[in-house]
Amino acid sequence: MNVLWYLIPISLALGGLGLALFFWALRSGQYEDVTGAAERILDDEDRPL
Amino acid sequence: MPTVRSVDAVTGAAAHTRLSAEELLLASRQVDVDLWHTDLSIPGISCGGCIRKIEDALGRLPGVARARVNLSTRRVAVDWRESEGPPPLGETLTRLGYEAYLHEVQADGKDPQLGRFIRALAAAGFASMNIMGLSISVWSGAAGETRELFHWLSAAIALPTLAYSGAVFFQSAWQALRRGQTNMDVPISLGVLLAFAMSLYDTIQRLPHAYFDAAVALLFFLLIGRTLDHLMREKARTAVNGLGRLAAYGATVVGPDGSRAYLATEELEPGMTIILRPGDRIPVDAVVLKGRSDIDAALATGESLPEHVIPGSRLRAGTLNLTGPLTICATASSQESFLAEMMRLMEAAEGGRTQFRRIADRAASLYVPVVHSAALLSFIGWLLATGDWHRSLTIAVAVLIITCPCALGLAVPMVQVVAARALFERGIMVKDGSALERLVEVDTVVFDKTGTLTLGRPRLRRDAAPDPAYLAIAAQIGANSRHPYAQALAAGTAPADIALDRIVERAGLGLEARSGDDVWRLGRSAWALGENAHSDFGGTVLACNGKFAQAFTFEDELRPGATAAVTALRARGYDLEIMSGDTPEAVTPVAGELGITIVQAGLLPAEKTTYLESLAQAGRKTLMVGDGLNDAPALVAAHVSIAPGNAADVGRQAADFVFLHPDLESVPYAIKIARVADRLIRQNFAFAALYNLVALPVAIAGYVTPLLAALAMSGSSILVVANALRLNPRFLRRPPPARPT
Repeated sequence: MNVLWYLIPISLALGGLGLALFFWALRSGQYEDVTGAAERILDDEDRPL
Repeated sequence: MPTVRSVDAVTGAAAHTRLSAEELLLASRQVDVDLWHTDLSIPGISCGGCIRKIEDALGRLPGVARARVNLSTRRVAVDWRESEGPPPLGETLTRLGYEAYLHEVQADGKDPQLGRFIRALAAAGFASMNIMGLSISVWSGAAGETRELFHWLSAAIALPTLAYSGAVFFQSAWQALRRGQTNMDVPISLGVLLAFAMSLYDTIQRLPHAYFDAAVALLFFLLIGRTLDHLMREKARTAVNGLGRLAAYGATVVGPDGSRAYLATEELEPGMTIILRPGDRIPVDAVVLKGRSDIDAALATGESLPEHVIPGSRLRAGTLNLTGPLTICATASSQESFLAEMMRLMEAAEGGRTQFRRIADRAASLYVPVVHSAALLSFIGWLLATGDWHRSLTIAVAVLIITCPCALGLAVPMVQVVAARALFERGIMVKDGSALERLVEVDTVVFDKTGTLTLGRPRLRRDAAPDPAYLAIAAQIGANSRHPYAQALAAGTAPADIALDRIVERAGLGLEARSGDDVWRLGRSAWALGENAHSDFGGTVLACNGKFAQAFTFEDELRPGATAAVTALRARGYDLEIMSGDTPEAVTPVAGELGITIVQAGLLPAEKTTYLESLAQAGRKTLMVGDGLNDAPALVAAHVSIAPGNAADVGRQAADFVFLHPDLESVPYAIKIARVADRLIRQNFAFAALYNLVALPVAIAGYVTPLLAALAMSGSSILVVANALRLNPRFLRRPPPARPT
């Protein structure tokens, strides 16, 4: 029973962290071009930015 | 016919959608002191290689700070420094083989609704997973203090989720109730809120059952459907918006003192003097001051023959200047021009389809009273039988949850998302799910002619059997002009192998070429033959030194698949009609070739909408297929509408469906998919009804536990989604049954 007192907050915090990261990714535009990202992976030549 | 040449003709015609520095500046916005941002839409981007090619080429241009391709929206965002002036983006992309169009930044901001849905979905997903985990412990035997702790935790997670994710449904339900209607969101909101309130009460009272998981999982499942539905529409809208803009961005205005300035179309005023190059679209209604040219009005008014203009001729906004430079005087501002007139007609025409109620709302209006009165009756019944109001209320809530607004809420959007995807793969964009439902009701298909049944491009008539030698010469000369007839000659034949030097285009008259001492003229007979012109032989003539050599006649080329599409539609029992703004002489042969008997020609835009409204009053449901600016009001007035991808900008925005492939068979295909989707939606409803028939007595009898509710809800949702996935074009070998009429 005691184990619950710290395991549940940890699990909720980890889940909440995932949610927060998803929101951050959404806001920083990482889902703007999903198709393009899939193609860019294959483009492996180094280019100066 | 050598296809390579005809492709050349297409790109040749498109090549004059160039982007001048002025246009670029007009559509850009300043993001920093010295930094400007331009969005270009490039419909031709298709693969990873294109990304690389375009970003490399644009990045190397002087002044470009950053070029980033978005493959999903087929756009490229370019940041450039003002100090060096707008970079030659258009020319660079044309050289790479891409057509680029300016994309107005203000035209469509990012859709805020979609972001709202995705965040609500993520929050609901997080909450439902956690609450489900806690619930599973309760179901597997957690008791006493542990159970209470888990219930309180669930309540703490569920409350903010309801407030955040549930608001999507609550708002929509409230709006419907305020108008005295019901929609699917009403039972959903009521079920979720009652389940939460009931569970909270049970938690406080330390009772064994709580429905937090059911309430939140319901939101999660329904938000999946809602978000996918929205994504599909967003995708179609993006694709349609990315198609090339055909209206003029602006025009070069000459001031009274001879100064030149490039002004946006909206800033043009009556009385201004405007210079037009060949290939420019007329920005506002105007009258010609100086110059001669030919005007292509196919996209604006549906007239397929180019019109010859001389000083004094009136010009309509949206038509295309083909052969010669013109100086024109604006007679109306853009708010009063032909285009604006179309916009007003479109607004007036709106309302024809407002009476249409979505199938989900119609189902809800049947479902809501039944379920809610069942819940109320079971509450009263149990109260009378036992006198225990808490138990009666629990059972009433169980009835509301178990009767599965979930499967009903998913029944329509899931099928429509899968249908839209199937259509998307064939290049057909669906702007709105309700369009699929309206398409099923159609009994009459009305076609525009120019640009819809035909390509709006003349083709050389072969039955006249011109002399091949002369034809080859005409093709060689014609390759130098933008005039549709000249291009048709060039497209149809391999050019002759004779040396022509000095080819001059005489705007509005024709082309003149010299070969040694011979002077070849291709164009109007009166001009080409000079004083030798006998009577008035109309049409296009090739003459050598003023002597008649060969006459050419042209016909409007049918769109590929037109015959097959018309045949397929007729076989399925649709009434077919043609409604064109072109002359009867041009419409009749096309109608004859396709075997369509109900034909109207020379219609004004307002007459088109009036006719469609009269059809609607007679109880007919019309599908309008049209492309021109003059069709835009009709596209709105019809029950449902389809436009080809090369339609006028306004028409594309107005139509419910846009097909990007040139093939007209997209129309019967869209109808076919819509009918299959309709069948699947009805199956889903039938399934949900059947399920309710089983579940309702169990719930009324009071045997529903939270575990049973969760299983039933997920199970029915999965079944509905699986049924929707059957709409896969690969599984659609069997043709749908004939239309019952």
